[in-house]
Amino acid sequence: MAMAALRREGKRFALTSPNPINVLRSSLAPSEERMSLGVRGISTQIVRNRMKSVKNIQKITKAMKMVAASKLRAIQVRAENSRGLWQPFTALLGDTPSVDVKKNVIVTISSDKGLCGGINSTSVKISRAMRRLTSGPDKESTYVILGEKAKAQLIRDSRNFIELSITELQKNFLNYTQVSVLADEILKNVEYDALRVVFNKFQSVVSFLPTTATILSPEVVEREAEAGGKLGDLDAYEIEGGETKSEILQNLAEFQFSCVMFNAVLENACSEQGARMSAMDSSSRNAGEMLDRLTLTYNRTRQASITTELIEIISGASALEG
Amino acid sequence: MFRQATARLLSRSAAARPKARPFSTDLESAPAADQAFVDAWKKVAPNMDPPKTPLSFMKPRPPTPSSIPSKLTVNFSLPYASELSGKEVDMVIVPATTGQMGILPGHVPTIAELKPGLMTVHEGNDVQKYFVSSGFALVHANSYADIIAVEAVPVNRIDPNLVQKGLAEFTQKLNSASTDLEKAEAQIGVDVHSALSSALSG
Repeated sequence: MAMAALRREGKRFALTSPNPINVLRSSLAPSEERMSLGVRGISTQIVRNRMKSVKNIQKITKAMKMVAASKLRAIQVRAENSRGLWQPFTALLGDTPSVDVKKNVIVTISSDKGLCGGINSTSVKISRAMRRLTSGPDKESTYVILGEKAKAQLIRDSRNFIELSITELQKNFLNYTQVSVLADEILKNVEYDALRVVFNKFQSVVSFLPTTATILSPEVVEREAEAGGKLGDLDAYEIEGGETKSEILQNLAEFQFSCVMFNAVLENACSEQGARMSAMDSSSRNAGEMLDRLTLTYNRTRQASITTELIEIISGASALEG
Repeated sequence: MFRQATARLLSRSAAARPKARPFSTDLESAPAADQAFVDAWKKVAPNMDPPKTPLSFMKPRPPTPSSIPSKLTVNFSLPYASELSGKEVDMVIVPATTGQMGILPGHVPTIAELKPGLMTVHEGNDVQKYFVSSGFALVHANSYADIIAVEAVPVNRIDPNLVQKGLAEFTQKLNSASTDLEKAEAQIGVDVHSALSSALSG
């Protein structure tokens, strides 16, 4: 063992350079240790690899946060501008989420991409609860799903209840034409008495409120207007249009659906970017903390191996001297 | 001992009372949430908060006043912007499917479907002209008018040459259309462009 230590010492002196000796030692010692003797103390190489990968992850998540922040800025303006769109309908027809109808269709809006915190799970939980709420002996409810994430979650247990699923909504820039075509498709293919749109409303960068908006079919509107209550004074409104009241109400319902969908899709996109920002922020902070811990471990390991080296050399030298 | 018992009773009844509503000055006359919905939700999903509904995000409208107000409050909203929101004007003329309809304060509640045409907003001597694509105009009893359109442009931003070109193009398409769908689309194009040209001239 003394000869091995001397040999190692000789090698080190041969390679002497202007660099201070402990730097040389620290760069050579771990790999030498690994190469020469298998396990000799804890290897710092493994810790160093981990540190490199954690640092890369931190960079990636920081970049994702910046990207999400810039996308949020762009889409927040549009979402706030579209908020005036659904208010006239609610002012006219009121808001009746507790309406009792036979066919409910739950339109769940979610994102296509992941890493956005818990908003998609929240939407799915709310949709499932809405389904329980609106199902009964002679009532039924089905799903129309927008977005990959909700589809993946709902297809596991409610496969038979999914009428339609639409993905890659945000591939092109979100605009009203696209959403109205989508709304048209949904209305054509799905029979409904009441449509319940479930989405996350954007309140602030850290707060997203799950919301549900209800749109009634024209027949149900007429029924509720006759029954009185919130829609009772709908009959007081004169219909200017030359067509029958039911045709106007149908146009109104379709228009309302496309307006509400447009707002809901924009708000959900905003919430997605906001949630992704906070998720990536906390993940970069976690990566930073992990990096600190790993650095401490690395330094401890490095110092321990240096100490072991020193002890061996000194004990080797003292053994030689006798 | 009796003092302790009464103290405990009082504290328990205080706890049993529902949480005092914070900021009661924020509550307006209409309830912010549909109570029946909240109750039904609690039965199905007691551990989850019920989702919010649009009613809680809307400013409530004032009730119908007893006398006719002097000004009409107009909300003109498009998908991309709220052109006018809560603006007080004297009169609005909208292109309903039955023709130009004027809305003054105190108008009867109406639901009017709009066709592409010219919409004017009159405030004093100031007249603003917009060309709107179709939409709806809702007039409420409290002299609030909501106009929702898919597209609207101020008239001074329309290029007359492009209007003429579009009109010619769609007339030609209408003549050469074969299926009903193509005919309907070409007819819509012709209607919109002729409305545009009459809006520019009138």
